[in-house]
Amino acid sequence: MSDKQTIKVIVNGRAYERLVEVRMTLADFIRQELDLTGTHLGCEHGVCGACTVLFNGEAVRSCLMLAVQADGAELYTVEGLAEGDQLHPLQRAFQDKHALQCGFCTPGFLMTARAFLEEKPLPTREEVRDAISGNICRCTGYQPIVDAILQAAGDLGGAKGRRK
Amino acid sequence: MKPAIFEYFAPTTLDETLELLHEHGDEAKILAGGQSLMPLMNLRLARPKIIVDINRLSGLDGIALTGEGDLVIGALARHRAVEKSALVRGQNPLLASAMPLIGHFQIRNRGTMGGSLVHADPAAELPALAVLLGCEFSLARKGGVRIVPAVDFFLGYTATVIEPEELLTEIRFPSWRSGAVWAIDEIARRKGDFALVGVALSAELDAAANIQDVAIVVFGVGGKPQRIKSADSILKGRRVDQGVLRELGQAVAKELEPDSDIHASAEYRKEVGGVLARRVLQSALSRLENRVIH
Repeated sequence: MSDKQTIKVIVNGRAYERLVEVRMTLADFIRQELDLTGTHLGCEHGVCGACTVLFNGEAVRSCLMLAVQADGAELYTVEGLAEGDQLHPLQRAFQDKHALQCGFCTPGFLMTARAFLEEKPLPTREEVRDAISGNICRCTGYQPIVDAILQAAGDLGGAKGRRK
Repeated sequence: MKPAIFEYFAPTTLDETLELLHEHGDEAKILAGGQSLMPLMNLRLARPKIIVDINRLSGLDGIALTGEGDLVIGALARHRAVEKSALVRGQNPLLASAMPLIGHFQIRNRGTMGGSLVHADPAAELPALAVLLGCEFSLARKGGVRIVPAVDFFLGYTATVIEPEELLTEIRFPSWRSGAVWAIDEIARRKGDFALVGVALSAELDAAANIQDVAIVVFGVGGKPQRIKSADSILKGRRVDQGVLRELGQAVAKELEPDSDIHASAEYRKEVGGVLARRVLQSALSRLENRVIH
């Protein structure tokens, strides 16, 4: 079997086809092959959560998957959140609540929160804390992030039908 | 490129998978959820020559109840699927309550039951539960299947009896004994991280709340899940009070022989093992009280 394979993926609604090395991680594929550099790489062994993307609707660590495993899959990355200039309610809430400083961990938090709110639209503070326990932030502190996710939950509640 | 070069196979049938494992033996590594293997490969602590990715197999992710009331879970069932399963909640409440302790939900979306068991990290919850509950594993190879009890499966630090050409296909949990009380708890540096120490317990009580049967397994304190041998002699036939709890805590701490590492010292693990044993017993008994009240 060849060490390269052609894969087809749909990322943020757009179809891509690429020939990739089988050992390339999904995270590197997203960044290097698709130039979607919003997905960040921190630890590259599944601890920090910065590389979280949605894989067929579920939040996963893209550093712990191979690109070839995504063949046929639908992915969402942080670039898929905003609609043009219109920020996603989560992004707006992160801005409002000062839930980022350097922003390195933010894409992972946003995609984690997006998947989480999909499943639990009206979470408690404790549930939010639990949901983000797999994402590490080293500068903001977690309180503003929890605040932002709770605010977005409220904002999204009213606009449920329009949610991507 | 993070992982070293390997040859990649993504079989779609069990036969094809077993043929590949038969052909390549210990050069092949099975990729299931990848939540342990991929970190090892990214760090190049593992450099398998051949990857057999079983994620395209169908029919290995079932969660079902047999006629005898055993709960049978396919090796490819994702942690998250087991966590959310109403059948699991109803048929094995201890397993259901343990699932949220495994990693973070992003990890559980990918991680599989079989992967956790075969990886056999001594600090992981599922190997401990499998030993506690008396699970049986089906190990398939080209031309046959063997059944191995969990208690014989784990050998030591990430070592099991599984042969390179074998694939764990399903895990059988014996039928849940109605009236059993249970609890699992652990201490980790961050919620979802591997446990520094964890304890799981199941027990049965008589009408006067005397303990009839009890099993305690501690994880994170050695190479494999450790059953507390003195639990029976301390608890059997007794009604739990503060004195019994203290006795149990001391006995557990004494029985454990953990290693020290960068995460925690052996003394700490012994101490915490005893504390957690007391806590899980209390928590298990509180379930009984709740049930009586309701």
